[in-house]
Amino acid sequence: MRILKMQSKFLEVFLESLDKFGKIYGPKQKNGVLSYDRLENISELVITDEHPMIPIKKLFHPMQFTMMHFNEKGFEPDYSVIEKRVVLGVHPCEIHSLLKLDKVFLREPKDPYYAGLRENTAIIGFSCLPLENHLCYSTDTDIVSEGFDLFFVNLNGFYLVWVGSSLGYDMIHEKEEFFDENVTREDIQKYVDWRQKRNKMFKKSFEFDNMPDLMDLGYKSEIWDEFAEKCLSCGQCSMACPTCNCYNVTDVFDVSNETVGRRNRMWDSCMFVDYSLVAGNHNFRASRADRLRLWYGHKLKSWGVDYGLPGCVGCGRCVDSCPVDINVLTISEALTAKEVPNQ
Amino acid sequence: MIVEEKIENPFKPKAARIVRQYDLIRDHRFFQIRHIDMKKAMSFTYNPGQFIMMSIPGVGEAPFSISSTPSRPGILELGVRKVGKLTEALFQKKDNNVVYIRGPYGNGFKLDQMFNKDLIIVAGGLGVIPLRSILYYALDNRDMFNRIFFLYGARNPDEFLFKREFFQIKDREDIDCLYTVDKPDKDWKESVGVVTKLFKDLPAIDPRETNAVVVGPPVMYKFVIDEFLKLKIPKNQIQLSLERRMKCGIGKCGHCAIEHLYTCMDGPVFTYWDTLHFKELI
Repeated sequence: MRILKMQSKFLEVFLESLDKFGKIYGPKQKNGVLSYDRLENISELVITDEHPMIPIKKLFHPMQFTMMHFNEKGFEPDYSVIEKRVVLGVHPCEIHSLLKLDKVFLREPKDPYYAGLRENTAIIGFSCLPLENHLCYSTDTDIVSEGFDLFFVNLNGFYLVWVGSSLGYDMIHEKEEFFDENVTREDIQKYVDWRQKRNKMFKKSFEFDNMPDLMDLGYKSEIWDEFAEKCLSCGQCSMACPTCNCYNVTDVFDVSNETVGRRNRMWDSCMFVDYSLVAGNHNFRASRADRLRLWYGHKLKSWGVDYGLPGCVGCGRCVDSCPVDINVLTISEALTAKEVPNQ
Repeated sequence: MIVEEKIENPFKPKAARIVRQYDLIRDHRFFQIRHIDMKKAMSFTYNPGQFIMMSIPGVGEAPFSISSTPSRPGILELGVRKVGKLTEALFQKKDNNVVYIRGPYGNGFKLDQMFNKDLIIVAGGLGVIPLRSILYYALDNRDMFNRIFFLYGARNPDEFLFKREFFQIKDREDIDCLYTVDKPDKDWKESVGVVTKLFKDLPAIDPRETNAVVVGPPVMYKFVIDEFLKLKIPKNQIQLSLERRMKCGIGKCGHCAIEHLYTCMDGPVFTYWDTLHFKELI
């Protein structure tokens, strides 16, 4: 892959220049919360080690949108959510999460909404340093080798810039004067030092590779009932997890009209009690323990017969967000020790 | 618009007309529907055991198993129990009204492994609706199967679905039909008891040369499968079809997940071997 060098002083001007490739999105502070949003001005962009509270899936698999309109003549798709965009400041785990979601939404038959948003959105990745709950070193998602157009590694004073696509190449080409082909031995050494320093900064870890087997072996373990005792079924983990893809679909009539309306789609969670409820009131997953086991099966064991690997990308959001401390760390500890850790 | 119009939107249902409907039993109705687009109607094909997603605008969308056989193209047949919001709205529809459908979805029965072997079909209650598809498929392609056994159990004679049809085929020489009800009335001349009681009336079979399919209420599977296992039918020659909540039918919405499988894509037909391997299936 092509790797160039850019002095840090050019960063803002360069990122600003990307608006000709689409509307600029990135993490910004909104009501005191870091969130991916449209940036009116590049100064709103917050490049930080912290992950936005709601993961990047929201830009490709929106929380709620209209899929189709209906009237007496039938259904007509609405593609208005799709627009040309450039998303800045995307961390490696987020890029990995999109590659995993691709396997679901781009498996034939493709989801045309997700596919349209993916095809029309450039990803400008940024390196980060681990915070307290970041686990990407354990899940092997701390480095990306695909899934971005440009990727910036911050080496204090300058960036090394990986060019990951033909579009990324065009972006560089627009501002060629900012980029230096000449990456020196010292620069490479600085990068190696940065990797080593970063690798030592991870505070928490878990045995991700053992988890598929332990999930199978611990299928009947009492830990599921013990966790179920405290789980609130609030679904916060699903909202915060970058690889939770479940959604619900509802029809809504337009106000004062009995034939015209919309078919909407919105995020759902397998933690909710009605998730597997069918007509006639049969619930295939009425117990909270079963729902927890399904959720963690997807994160720690496998995910879709054709998707292969576990879903967890080690972002640590479940560790941050679960109000009763059920997360990939406590679950994997319990599966290993066969007991639920004390709070 | 950035998405090109020529891309088929897999979520967009197509208009279909209800050409005929009649009550099977109380709250259970038979529907014949046909795509309004004539080409679509004639080219629409499927495997026995597959399902469609049906929409009524403003009410919603849900999966329905196909009860007709692809060997009789043009018209799709559904057997529907009035049990929820969508089916209540469907039961209000008159002949010639329009509904919206997409599909077919799911894998269907594994026909390849069933050809030139004996076939045992076991249905409990509503489970006979999807099994009617493979039953007629096998009868329409009679040369492709060896002996066919059809075992069907209902709660009582009033809840016996497709009674006229099924007693007509009972007269055929090329199929053995065994029927039972839990609670008979004075006119009932067939067996009495649960469907597993019918197994004693089966002639000797060669288990390796036999395929078995079963669909019924969740509680029934274990008992019927035990009978298949007593006959020594290999676990991967026993097939069953499962119901789950579905919002998309194409492996996106997640609702029908069983461990890492999606019932809509990897099922709804699974072998008994699958159900052992993936612990949560039944």
